[in-house]
Amino acid sequence: MTDHLLGMTGLSKVDIFRYLDVAQAFVEVSERDNKKVPDLRGKTVVNIFFEPSTRTLASFDIAGKRLSADTINVNASSSSMQKGETLLDTVRTIESMNPDVLVIRHSESGAPHFVAKHLTRTAVVNAGDGAHEHPTQALLDLLTIRQHFAAEGRGLEGLRVGFVGDVRHSRVARSNVWAHLALGNKIRLIGPPTLVPADFIKVFGSDDVSVVHNLAEGLQDLDVVVCLRMQLERQDQNFVPNLDEYSKEYCLSERLLMRHAPRSVVLHPGPLNRGTEISGEVADGPRSLVLRQVNNGVAVRMAVLSILAGSVESRTMSLGR
Amino acid sequence: MQPVVIEGGHVIDAATGLDGNFDVLVRHGLVEAIEAPGAFRSAGDVRRVDASGKWVMPGCVDLHVHLREPGEEWKETVQTGAEAAVLGGYTAICCMPNTKPANDSAEITRYILEKARAAGAARVLPIGAVSMERKGKNLAPYSELAKAGCVAFSDDGDPVADAGLMRRALEWCLMLGLPIACHEEDRNLSCGGCMNESPLSLRMGLKGFPGVAEDVMIARDIELARFTKGKVHICHVSTARGVDLIRRAKNDGIEITCEVAPHHLLLNEESVVGYDTNCKMMPPLKASEDVKGLFAGLADGTIDAIASDHAPHDRDSKQVEFSRATVGILGLQTSLPLAVEMCLAGAISRTRMVDLLCSGPARAFGLPYGTLRPGSAADVVVLDPRREWLFSEESIRSKSKNSPFLGRKLVGATQHVFVGGKQVVADGGLVADLLK
Repeated sequence: MTDHLLGMTGLSKVDIFRYLDVAQAFVEVSERDNKKVPDLRGKTVVNIFFEPSTRTLASFDIAGKRLSADTINVNASSSSMQKGETLLDTVRTIESMNPDVLVIRHSESGAPHFVAKHLTRTAVVNAGDGAHEHPTQALLDLLTIRQHFAAEGRGLEGLRVGFVGDVRHSRVARSNVWAHLALGNKIRLIGPPTLVPADFIKVFGSDDVSVVHNLAEGLQDLDVVVCLRMQLERQDQNFVPNLDEYSKEYCLSERLLMRHAPRSVVLHPGPLNRGTEISGEVADGPRSLVLRQVNNGVAVRMAVLSILAGSVESRTMSLGR
Repeated sequence: MQPVVIEGGHVIDAATGLDGNFDVLVRHGLVEAIEAPGAFRSAGDVRRVDASGKWVMPGCVDLHVHLREPGEEWKETVQTGAEAAVLGGYTAICCMPNTKPANDSAEITRYILEKARAAGAARVLPIGAVSMERKGKNLAPYSELAKAGCVAFSDDGDPVADAGLMRRALEWCLMLGLPIACHEEDRNLSCGGCMNESPLSLRMGLKGFPGVAEDVMIARDIELARFTKGKVHICHVSTARGVDLIRRAKNDGIEITCEVAPHHLLLNEESVVGYDTNCKMMPPLKASEDVKGLFAGLADGTIDAIASDHAPHDRDSKQVEFSRATVGILGLQTSLPLAVEMCLAGAISRTRMVDLLCSGPARAFGLPYGTLRPGSAADVVVLDPRREWLFSEESIRSKSKNSPFLGRKLVGATQHVFVGGKQVVADGGLVADLLK
């Protein structure tokens, strides 16, 4: 039975802190002059991306290389899949070349779970599946938040965390919510009913999740604001009348934050649509942790790869289903 | 054919109200008489079939089956489907017109019927298309199709979006007296959804198919039936609200019937957790409130029939990402045992079960089957209601193996099945030469 990281669903607080502690150690590695460690020497990591990505792919690739693994990036949106090969055939072909870890991104929810069910000896890391999960993004967000509050003498627990925007289509939001719930934090999901339907209070099976449609009301006293990317094609699908209308209601401005959540920090998974979901003033201002997130992304992925490929001592923890 | 006496069994026939110990005399392909046990003891030159401890019921009638021939014979053929049917206790099956090409002409209807004759298993009753090529643009030739043998019309999984076309179809069919079977789905609302829209679909990140997509179309077709006086049959109703609408329409005296599929009763949306593509079907599995509404419809008679929606698909088209997998599951060999399970659990009575599987569907499509009334065709099932068996790939006669019930312990096994007095299943297996 191979361990996988398919989602944050089911991870315990202990599991999460373990990832974060290992990642924190790798943050320091990334700041050295010589950034390479031998942890995964002789191991092979295949990053197979069925959906275009720049930052996540680069982040996994750099993480693997800093661990001395051989990394291979397969852009599957332009390879055999276009020739009609099925997902199963593609990943089985790759598995027969004996990689140790398969990092997979896919536009369809559940694709990494389907792959993991059919592979026998390769660890699978979900690098984002449809609107379902994006566990490494959640871990890097947590690491970023932890670093920030550590400076204030606070921990990762007892926080009020809000997610603003297109929660319906966001795997980042889902993975983050599962993680914050495991840590005992309070969650507010903020956005229009088309993108944040009231049903969301029942999605996570926890009373700690609330849904608010009004931005100012939703921001009240938050410690952390996660601003979600507004995908431009949503207006064609009539989830929003147009982006202008959206930004009038939901664009995060410094004025609003100052008034309702003055001590909050802001995260964004990127890439940013300035002026649509986040104002330039917020994105570039002191409460923005956006660049820190990207920096931590490499360390988190190093932690995930090294734990799954077996270079970190005990592998007894449950790593998510 | 030598006359047969089925003796010692417990006869259940909803149409005549029989529910007790009787012997059945079958002669010349018909049920000749049903009498108290032992009444035919002195009859000579008969073959005797021992049914003691068994249920003797009419052969089941399935209003909703996909046989894939012509066009997708690697998934199922008329022969394999008709054989799976009798093994599952179905003696008459109505096959949907979503073949390739679609069944929109007498030629295709006759082709299917010839294959069925050659198979010699269940009766196969084709359903013709509502529109040419099932494209929703031009009416199909209903009279020609009816003369060739079609028993109803449907565009199957492609709902008739055009209310005007639906109106004319219902009006034309008035003179044939045949129903239009409707897969109810407003595609602008279902919008590519691949599971029930609910907190669970939000959690799993799968596109949701809201129940209201079915309800608005049921409401539309009820009003069209009211307006045209035509016969509407609602396929695989899956929402509580849909059952309510149909109940009200029936109270208003509208000519409307409906069916429910066993999987909508015995599974719910939670089965989809884990992205099991064998749990992907249309309409999608629902949450428990809807399931409750369906059971209420079973109990109060709103629902006329249990139909399998037997939809064979090859492994390759199911072993893919959930949203890309084909929709539908097998049903011919599981529907009767699942109904027995509901019966033994007390959800429905024995006679209600037989009504839902036999006389109810026959009534909905105006078919002369589904009863043991003397003079009717001798389509008979002898079922062991206590026999438990494991449903596995090996038990499947269909060419495809897509079922969420694989690995489930089923209760109720068909022992003997007769179609028109001819035995097609003996001791739980197909009779060797069906064409004899």
